[in-house]
Amino acid sequence: MNDSLPLVSDRDIVLARQETRNLARQLGLSIVDQTKIVTAVSELARNAVVHGGGGSLRCEIVTSDGKQGLRLTVSDEGPGIADLNLAMKDGWTSGSGLGIGLPGARRLVNEFHITSERGRGTTVVVTRWK
Amino acid sequence: MTTHTIERIPILRLGSFLLVSIQIEMDDRIALQLQEDLTALIEKTGARGVLIDISSLEIVDSFIGRMIGNISAMSQILNANTVIVGIQPSVAITLVELGITFADVRTALTVERGMEILTGVEDSEKVGDE
Repeated sequence: MNDSLPLVSDRDIVLARQETRNLARQLGLSIVDQTKIVTAVSELARNAVVHGGGGSLRCEIVTSDGKQGLRLTVSDEGPGIADLNLAMKDGWTSGSGLGIGLPGARRLVNEFHITSERGRGTTVVVTRWK
Repeated sequence: MTTHTIERIPILRLGSFLLVSIQIEMDDRIALQLQEDLTALIEKTGARGVLIDISSLEIVDSFIGRMIGNISAMSQILNANTVIVGIQPSVAITLVELGITFADVRTALTVERGMEILTGVEDSEKVGDE
């Protein structure tokens, strides 16, 4: 599975949630875990749309050590995040919002990797294991 | 400009109360529209209470969570109480991990309980959620 969804508008955030929900269900994640990963994707997709100037989402079911999981990659080619440590702090916001998007999303998944380069964009890879 | 019409969530008026049941997958624009429509209608009708049923919502992310908090605070300023009913357990778990506690939002498990809170609220200002 290697679908890539565009993340440009409000509606794309909804589509990203639906796609993630479908795969999480297919994988057999519990309702709580489905809700967590879908919520995490909603936060990351919104970041890409609002702050990243648009981006894309890739969803894949991955296997490691006999475990299956859902891995989501949200990337944008926006301005990048100047201070990643600051952006990962609860309550820090670049202006709009509650400042819980990134740190909140991290708490909702098992694995969270973020890379960001100024002027190049941001990529976040998250995984929820079954 | 696009001619795309914005989907709206219907608001029902019942005596001095406004009732909303969110039955569609909300994108950010629909959420903001609801916030606007509700506050306008509270002012116009002099409603004393607002009940919002979110039992159909499979996720509440930080944006929708903020919208709910805003509606609650704004209605308070307009002299109306808001009760949010029907939050799914998986949504509650996810919200807390995300960092949203709804500390200032009144909630009830069912529409019936929610209406009890709204109708009884004038007798005792601090009605607990039991």
